[in-house]
Amino acid sequence: MIAIFRCVLRRDLVLAFRRRSDVLTTLFFFVIVVSLFPLGVGPEPELLRTMAPGILWVAALLASMLSLGRLFSLDYLDGTLEQMLLAPEPLPVIVLAKAAAHWLVSGLPLVLMSPVLAIQFDLTQTLIEILVLSLLLGTPVLSLIGAIGASLTLGLRGGGVLVSLLVLPLYVPVLIFGAGAVGAESSGLGAQSHLLLLAAMLVFAAVASPWAVAAGLRISVE
Amino acid sequence: MFEADQLACVRGDRPLFESVSFRMEAGAALQVAGVNGSGKTSLLRILCGLSSPADGEIRWKGTSTRSLREEFFSDLLYLGHAPAVKDDLTPVENLMTSAALAGIDADEADARQALERIGLAGCEDLPTKVLSQGQRRRAALARLLLSERIPLWVLDEPFTALDAAAVEQLRGTMEGHLQRGGLLVFTTHQDVPIRAGQFSRLELAR
Amino acid sequence: MINWFKYSSPQTFFPLAGEMVPWFFALAVAFGAAGLYIGFFVAPTDAQQGEAYRIIFIHVAAAWMSMFLYLVMAFWAGVGLVFNTRLSAMVAQALAPTGALMTFIALWTGALWGKPTWGTWWVWDARLTSELILLFLYLGFIALQAAIDEPRRADKAGAVLALVGAVNVPIIYFSVKWWNTLHQGASVSLMAAPTMAKTMLWGMLMMALAFWMYALGAVLVRVRSILLERERHTDWVASYLGRLR
Repeated sequence: MIAIFRCVLRRDLVLAFRRRSDVLTTLFFFVIVVSLFPLGVGPEPELLRTMAPGILWVAALLASMLSLGRLFSLDYLDGTLEQMLLAPEPLPVIVLAKAAAHWLVSGLPLVLMSPVLAIQFDLTQTLIEILVLSLLLGTPVLSLIGAIGASLTLGLRGGGVLVSLLVLPLYVPVLIFGAGAVGAESSGLGAQSHLLLLAAMLVFAAVASPWAVAAGLRISVE
Repeated sequence: MFEADQLACVRGDRPLFESVSFRMEAGAALQVAGVNGSGKTSLLRILCGLSSPADGEIRWKGTSTRSLREEFFSDLLYLGHAPAVKDDLTPVENLMTSAALAGIDADEADARQALERIGLAGCEDLPTKVLSQGQRRRAALARLLLSERIPLWVLDEPFTALDAAAVEQLRGTMEGHLQRGGLLVFTTHQDVPIRAGQFSRLELAR
Repeated sequence: MINWFKYSSPQTFFPLAGEMVPWFFALAVAFGAAGLYIGFFVAPTDAQQGEAYRIIFIHVAAAWMSMFLYLVMAFWAGVGLVFNTRLSAMVAQALAPTGALMTFIALWTGALWGKPTWGTWWVWDARLTSELILLFLYLGFIALQAAIDEPRRADKAGAVLALVGAVNVPIIYFSVKWWNTLHQGASVSLMAAPTMAKTMLWGMLMMALAFWMYALGAVLVRVRSILLERERHTDWVASYLGRLR
C-alpha cells in the first residue's frame, strides 16, 4: 500500500517535472491575480493591508482550481486511469497519492511564493508567518476537495467551468478560516483556533475525500 | 473458473447485447467477435469490472467479481484500446509504473529484459513520444511479458498497429500463456489463429 | 405489512403519483391561504419592525424548506447510489429545482425584508450568506446532472456530489456563522418557540406545511415526466401514451 502510494506520487512528480511549464503557469496566474487587486481597489496601504489575506486566499483558491482539470484527465485519456481502477491496491490510496502530488506541484509553490506577495501588501512579519501557516494547512484541503470535483466532471464538455461551480462553494470554510486566521491575529484575538480548525479540516478531508474521489472515478470511467 | 451469467449491456437507450453467458476453465481462450458497435469493448470492460452490466453476474472461481473486487483485480490483466503509456515517460518508466499498478513484483532489470524481448532494445530510455505508433504499442504489450503469473488476461484488439513479426511474437506469448494454464479473453479484427489451449468464439449479434 | 417495493416500481408509481398530485396542490393552496390569513390579518403588528416583518411568514418557511430539501435530496441520492434503485435517483433529480426555488425565494424575501429593517437590500449576514452558498450547491448539482448525457452516470455522479454537499452543509453553516458573529440569532427554534407569539408560530407552521405540500406535488409532477422520458421505450409508457391519443 505504501509502495503503490510512493510509486504513483513519484510518477506524477516526474511527469510534472517534465512539463514544468504547467507548474509555472499556475504560479504565475497566482502572482498576476494578486497583483491585479491593488490596480483595482487603489494603492492605499491601510486598505491593502486589511484586504491582503482575503486576496491571497481567493487567488490561491482560483489557482489551485485552474490545475484541477489536469489531475485525472490525462490519465483518463491515455488509459492509465483504467489501470489504476483495476489495481489490486485500494483506489483511495492511489487517489491520495495523486492529490498529494497535485498539492506538491500546484499548492506548495503558492505557499512558498506568498511571503513575497505579502510584503507587497505591507503585512508585518508575524502576520506573514500566520498567512503562510494558514496556506500550508489549507491548500492541501483545496487539492483534496478539488479532486472530488475533478473526478465527477471527468471527460465532460465544459468540464473546466463546471468543476469551479461544483468545487468553489465547498471551498468556503477553508477560505473563511484561512483568511480569517490572519484577520484574527491582526485584531489581537490570536490565530490559534482558526489554525487548529484548518488542521482539523485537513485531517477530515485527507480521510474522507479519497473515498468520494474513488467513487467518482469509478462512476465517470464506466 | 471464469463465468459470465446472462450479461446484458445498455448504452443510452440502446440495448447492445443481452443474455451473454459463457464458462471458461484453465487454459481456455475466448475470442469475442462481432461487427463494429456490437459491444465488444463494452463486454470486455464489463468482464473486468470497469463498468457494471445492466443485468447478469460475472464469477471468478465461483464468487461474484463484485464482491471480490481487489482480490479479482490481482488475478486480472486488462489491456484496453488506450495503451496506458505516457508520452513523457520512457518505456522503462512506463513499464515499471504499470507493473507496480498491477501489483507485479518487477525490478528495473526485469523491465529492461522484457522491453528487449519485445523488440525495443535501444529505445528503453527515449521519451515514448518519439517512438512510432507500433513501437508504442509494443511498449504497452511488454507488460504481458511480466504478467506470466497473472491467470486471466483480457486484451482488447492487441494486434492493432503491429507489424507481421510482432503479431507472430504476440501470438506466441498468448499461446504460452494458455499452455501455462492461463485464461485469455480477447477481441481482434485480424485473423490470427490461436493454436494452443481450448479455443472458442463468442459472436455478438446486433 | 405494506409492500413498499411495489410502489418503487415505475409502473405502479406513475399512476399513483398522478392521482396524488392534485391533492397535494389543493392542500398547498389551503394551507397557504390559512398561513397568509394568519400572517396578514391575525398576527399582531411588530413593535419595532412595523408591518414589514410579515414577510417572514414566507421567508422563514422557504428557508426551512431550502435546507431540508437538500438533505432529503442527498438522502434519496444516497439510497439510489447504494441500492441502485432508479426511482430514488429520479426523486433526487426532481427535488433539486424545487430546492433551488425555495433557496431563491428565501434570498429574495430576505432582501425585501432587509431593505426596511437594515436599510439595505443585502447584508453579509450569516444566514443570508449560507443560504447563498446553498443556492450555489443546488446549481452545481443541477449543472452537473445537465452536463452528463448518460442518465445512469448522471444519477450516480449527482449522488456523490449531493452527499459530499450534505456533509459540507453543516461545516459551511457553522463556518459562516463563525465568520459573522454579528447576526440575529435563529429566532425560530424549538427551544425559543415560547418567546414568539403563538399566532406567529401558527402562521409559520401553516406556511411551512403549504410549502411542503407544494414541494411534494411539484416533485411528483417532475418525477412523472422524468419517468416518461427515461422509460419511453418500454411497453407501459407506449400503452400510456396510446391511451392519451
